[in-house]
Amino acid sequence: MDMTAERTDEYKSGSNLEKILRAGHFAVTGELGPPQGADAEVIHRKAQLLAGVVDAVNITDNQTAVARMSSIASGVLAMQDGLEPVIQMTCRDRNRLAMQSDLMGAYALGARNVLCLTGDHQSFGNHPTAKNVHDLDSIQLIQMVRRMRDEGVFQNGEQIKAGVPRFFIGGAINPFGDPFEFRPYRLAKKIAAGADFVQTQLIYDIPRFREFMKRVVDMGLHEKVYILAGVGPLKSSGMARYMRDQVPGMIVRDEYVDRMKGAIAGIPKEDKKARRKAWREMGIKICIEQIQEIMEIEGVAGIHIMAVEWEAAIKPIVEGAGLLPRPQVE
Amino acid sequence: MIVGEQKTLDEIMGLLGDAHKVLVAGCGTCVTVSFAGGEKEVGILASQLRMRSKLEGHPMEVDEVTVQRQCEWEYIDPLAPRLGEYDVILSLACGIGVQAMNERFPDSITLPGVNTVFLGMPVEQGIWEERCQACGDCILGLTAGICPIARCSKQLLNGPCGGSQNGVCEVNPDIPCAWQLIWERAVKLGREEWLLEIQPPKDWSKSRDGGPRKIVRDDLRLADME
Ligand code: SF4
Repeated sequence: MDMTAERTDEYKSGSNLEKILRAGHFAVTGELGPPQGADAEVIHRKAQLLAGVVDAVNITDNQTAVARMSSIASGVLAMQDGLEPVIQMTCRDRNRLAMQSDLMGAYALGARNVLCLTGDHQSFGNHPTAKNVHDLDSIQLIQMVRRMRDEGVFQNGEQIKAGVPRFFIGGAINPFGDPFEFRPYRLAKKIAAGADFVQTQLIYDIPRFREFMKRVVDMGLHEKVYILAGVGPLKSSGMARYMRDQVPGMIVRDEYVDRMKGAIAGIPKEDKKARRKAWREMGIKICIEQIQEIMEIEGVAGIHIMAVEWEAAIKPIVEGAGLLPRPQVE
Repeated sequence: MIVGEQKTLDEIMGLLGDAHKVLVAGCGTCVTVSFAGGEKEVGILASQLRMRSKLEGHPMEVDEVTVQRQCEWEYIDPLAPRLGEYDVILSLACGIGVQAMNERFPDSITLPGVNTVFLGMPVEQGIWEERCQACGDCILGLTAGICPIARCSKQLLNGPCGGSQNGVCEVNPDIPCAWQLIWERAVKLGREEWLLEIQPPKDWSKSRDGGPRKIVRDDLRLADME
C-alpha cells in the first residue's frame, strides 16, 4: 500500500489493531455488547470467547439506543481478559465536553482505539422519549480526536495540559445506505477528517459491496484508510427476513434468506433445538463463505465480525475462514 | 410561520379544572393559518367546552375573543378592561402569545390550549412540515437550500447517516431524509462540491443553547429616555 509513504516509524497509537494493519496482515475485529446491567462477569464471559481470536474488539456504546454498561468501562474489563478494545462512541448521547472527557479517561485507562459513530436514533431503543445531543456529527468527532492526538489541542483549540490521548481512529461506513453515489465521498470526508480505519455496515450483498469498493479503489481511498468489511452470522430465517425488510440502511440478498430457510427443510417445527442448530450452522457457513469472497476484493484490509449476543460464533467463523492463529506483531 | 396544534379536549378540560367563567382567546396570525387557534377554532372550542362542562354537571360560562396578534402588546392591550371577569383565559395562540398574555396581565391566569409544534409551512392542504429551528446561524447557503438542522433527525452537517435508505429517514418512513434531498438538489445544481468540504462543529451558542436570545436594534429603538 501507498500508505507507507506517509508513515513514520512511529505508530499513531501503538494499538495492536494498528500494528496488525500496518504490518499488512488481514485484520480481524469482533464485537462485544455490554449487558443491560452492572454485572462485570457478563463482560468477562464474552471476552474469554474472543481472546486470541480477534485482533481487537468493538465495545458497543448503548447499541440500538438501549441503555447498557458504558463502552469504556466494559472495554477496560475486557482488557483484563487480554482483549484489546475498540471503544465505540456515539454522538447521540454526549456533547463535545463529555466526549473529550471520556476520551481522556479511556486513554488513561489503557484504551487505544476509538470508533466514532453518529449513533442510532433514540426512537429505536428503550428510551424513545430521551433528548438526543448530536452536538458534533461523526465526522466532526473524528476530526476532534485526530486534532487531540496530532495537534495536542482540545476542540476549542486550547492546548491539552497533561497527557495527549493518542487513539487509532475509526469510523463506520455504510456502503448500502443512500444516496449510494454519495457514500464514497462520505468515506473521503471521514478520511480527510482523520479516520485511520473504517468498518462497514453488515454486508449481505456482496455484488453491491464490490461495486462500492470499485469506486473506492478508483478514488484511491483504500490507500488512505484501512477498510474492514463488516459481516455477521445470521441466526434464523426470521432474522434474515427481518434484516432484509425492516432494518433501515441494510440490504440482504434473497439468496441468504432462502438458504437460511432451506437449512431447516425436513426438520419438524416442534423440534426447536434441531432447527436452532441447523440455522446456526448455516449462519456460520454463510459467514465463512462471505469472508472468503470478501478477502478477494481489492482494497479490503480486514474483516469486522458482528455476532450480536452470539459471541461464541466468532471463533468458529475466524477458524473456518482460515484466519487463526492471529499474527503477533511487535 | 409558527405551526400549532390544538390540545385534546380532555387535556383542556383538565387544565381548566373548576373554572366557572372562561375566555377563549384566539390569534389571527400563524395559528389561524394552521387552523389551530383562529376565530373559527375559538368558536368551535368554546361550544365544545360549554357542552362538555354542562354534561359533566358544572356548566362553564365561555366567552370568545380573537385578536390580530397575541404576541404584540398593542393588539392585546385593549383586552385589559374585561379580563377581571374571568377565572381563566384559555389562549389558542402559540407559546409566545400565551406568555405575552401572562406577562401583560399578571393578575389573570392564561393557560395554553394549543401545542406550539414547529416553524414550518403547509406543503399541501392539511399537511404542515417543519422547516426551520431558528438556530441563529443560517447555513442554507451550504446545504442546497434544505436545512439539516430542522429536517435531519440527527442534525448532521456532513452528510447522511447510515440509516438513510430509499429517500427516507431511519426514524420513520414518513420523514424524507434531509440529506438525500440535499444531495439530489446539489447534483441537480452541479454543486456537489458544497457537500465535499468538512463542515466544522456548529456554534450552538447562537442557538437556544446559548440561553434565551434577544435582538437589539439601536437604529429602530425609540428615543424614550430624555
Ligand atoms: S436518515 Fe437522513 S434525515 Fe434521518 S437521521 Fe440519517 S441523515 Fe438525518
